[in-house]
Amino acid sequence: MSLPTRKFDAVVVGAGGAGMRAALQLSEAGLKVAVLSKVFPTRSHTVAAQGGIGASLGNMGEDNWLWHMYDTIKGSDYLGDQDAIEFLCRMAPQAVYDLEHYGMPFDRNEDGTVYQRPFGGHSSNFGERPVQRSVCAADRTGHAMLHTLYQRNVRANTVFFVEWMALDLIRDASGQVLGVTAMEMETGETWIFQARATLFATGGAGRIYAASTNAFINTGDGLGMAARAGIPLEDMEFWQFHPTGVAGAGVLITEGVRGEGGYLLNKDGERFMERYAPNMKDLASRDVVARAMATEIKEGRGCGKDADYILLKLDHIGVDKIEKKLPGIREIAKKFANVDPVKDPIPVVPTCHYQMGGIPTNYHGEVVVPGNGKDNNVVPGFYAAGEVACASVHGANRLGTNSLTDLLVFGKASGDSVIRYLKENPGHKDLPADAADYTMSRLSRLDSQTGGENVFEVGAAMRRTMQAHCGVFRFPDLLTDGVKKIREISERAARTEIKDKSKTFNTARIEALELDNLIEVARSTMICADARQESRGAHDRADYPKRDDVTWLKHTLWYKDSDRLEYKAVNLKPLTAESFEPKVRSY
Amino acid sequence: MRFRIYRYDPEQDQKPYMKEYDVALEPSDRMLLDALVRIKASDDSLSLRRSCREGVCGSDAMNINGKNGLACITPLVELKEPVELRPLPGLPVIRDLIVDMSQFFKQYHSIKPYLQNSDPLPEKERLQSPTDREELDGLYECILCACCSTSCPSFWWNPDKFVGPAGLLAAYRFIADSRDQATNDRLDDLEDPYRLFRCHSIMNCVDVCPKGLNPTRAIGRIKEIMIKRMV
Repeated sequence: MSLPTRKFDAVVVGAGGAGMRAALQLSEAGLKVAVLSKVFPTRSHTVAAQGGIGASLGNMGEDNWLWHMYDTIKGSDYLGDQDAIEFLCRMAPQAVYDLEHYGMPFDRNEDGTVYQRPFGGHSSNFGERPVQRSVCAADRTGHAMLHTLYQRNVRANTVFFVEWMALDLIRDASGQVLGVTAMEMETGETWIFQARATLFATGGAGRIYAASTNAFINTGDGLGMAARAGIPLEDMEFWQFHPTGVAGAGVLITEGVRGEGGYLLNKDGERFMERYAPNMKDLASRDVVARAMATEIKEGRGCGKDADYILLKLDHIGVDKIEKKLPGIREIAKKFANVDPVKDPIPVVPTCHYQMGGIPTNYHGEVVVPGNGKDNNVVPGFYAAGEVACASVHGANRLGTNSLTDLLVFGKASGDSVIRYLKENPGHKDLPADAADYTMSRLSRLDSQTGGENVFEVGAAMRRTMQAHCGVFRFPDLLTDGVKKIREISERAARTEIKDKSKTFNTARIEALELDNLIEVARSTMICADARQESRGAHDRADYPKRDDVTWLKHTLWYKDSDRLEYKAVNLKPLTAESFEPKVRSY
Repeated sequence: MRFRIYRYDPEQDQKPYMKEYDVALEPSDRMLLDALVRIKASDDSLSLRRSCREGVCGSDAMNINGKNGLACITPLVELKEPVELRPLPGLPVIRDLIVDMSQFFKQYHSIKPYLQNSDPLPEKERLQSPTDREELDGLYECILCACCSTSCPSFWWNPDKFVGPAGLLAAYRFIADSRDQATNDRLDDLEDPYRLFRCHSIMNCVDVCPKGLNPTRAIGRIKEIMIKRMV
């Protein structure tokens, strides 16, 4: 069965930071581009980023991209690819200047330059002391950035398809990507978006966990689509637990609080990070801080009647600075934690925040998979940028601020790559006759399912299982059991049923389709985590407490097809800099 | 907790109706959105937009006991029962609590919501003093949720001609930006009996803004600058 078709030079799926930065390159180059988004662009989850964008502008004192590069590699626990990391750190300052030129309302210094604040894991002179590298707009950096990018896209007349959900990737027999199928949520109609180049900027899937800082829309749609189309997912065992999610609510409290002088306390009122990271203290990298907090709680030094949270103290910063630099945090703490942080500390716990893994790409944003005798063979016509992609700049643990830097640098780079590719490859290839069949069969299965599973319940079971079996600390028996459970839940997810059959803005159908994507992410995470027998970055195993560079200095690739795993080498060779060899990591 | 929720699916319903729900809440359900998610788990046909669940994305604006607000940051304990929920007033309803926001965004787009500056780009950032930057506080934080414009009687009457509080706040955000050079064009565009001057300072916008912003004040500033320009 065929579907109505729209033809474009390029289709961008996702209108967060990466998607809109890429779209801007394409629109300003005069290409015919469609940007598909499940939500109005300024509602994308980039809007919730708080603390800042990492870039070695050196506005507050000496800094350079090589130090930023070292910090990022060390932060990644040496799993990051050093070519991509060099590219990220060298391009970061220009990415910030571009945003400023677009009108971003950055905080300023007295001399009129852009203000920069300290952030976790960012140091001067290769780990010597904290450096001020994070540019920001108070604690609403993501909001300011996303709106600025949207505004610039309005100026560039970018064509947005708002509230359209992409459903499946279209590939031909040779593996070339020719576009996507997508559903207009308002009408329930499904279309083919035929494109010479397809760019995924669909964000992360933090909603696989019960306690998450992520928005409801972060359901790993790009990951699900890629996995179903035979593309492997890379390093899915690596999930960042942000040290400071509001206890109970999960809402994010920026690391910028600690950057501006806040710190963590256990029930004895002890500033315990001094024990775990004598040099960087509360500004150690996130995996280190999250583990320290979880250890304090595990050993009975948590706060509250159930000793199950840590306190984030910031009243000593002073009400003026809090109002100036952290106004959003004060608002969130009052609303979600019932405390006014100018007087009282905020109860926080490590909370699922960011997916380091994703669709494998090189630093040009081209999707790469093993093939033709190479680890990194380019998939023609397919690009990915932002949290959905794994370049890999974050390796086993991302530094705070580097996600926004990633969106900007790789959004632009992937846009530029698409422009080059379109010049070299004029004309549309014919769609295969069965281009829409897979999507149509999924939709008709869902609509005709009887006696099936409740979407909400299956989703809740998945989130509980991920939370209990694959958290900050990972245990062999829990992982083995987790693999079994998540496979059972996968089977239930294949039999979901919705009662609502309306075509008009049917959010029950959307949520069922989102679960199809989430479940692939959850299964890949559990299986990759079970297989990696070492502790590295955010992946911490009780039975293998040490990093093992002899066996495990390599990327995991998970294929949906029978949950097959492959591995590929980490690129330790930067573009121009000297290699940073793995060494013991301390803060 | 008891709710009365506006329901309308154009495929099934001749006209809208209010549906009653009595839902058992968990202690972790603090905000209105938590309750709505729970209702949807048992009645999957209830349609609403939601995303960030922390008041920054602007998706879940609705009319709550007669006043516009965001479900995700409206504490349940503050609500009188039965909690009456309706779509934002004045915009066409697509389904249930979901409205067609085209007109709202059209007005936002109409003010050219982007920085205009034709100087050659400096190699680094343009400089801006902290004092000049402060002018943008209280303006740039808008989340485009439409609580303000859809509580404004002037917008209800002339949604096609009156820019509305959200759009005018955005217009002033650029007028107030020391880096923007299009102030005159922006004022020319607004100098019109409808686009700006339909604002009669009713101040519903200020009352409902979930981010605590003040569009009326921004509109007042635009009017002041316009008058100064005339004399």
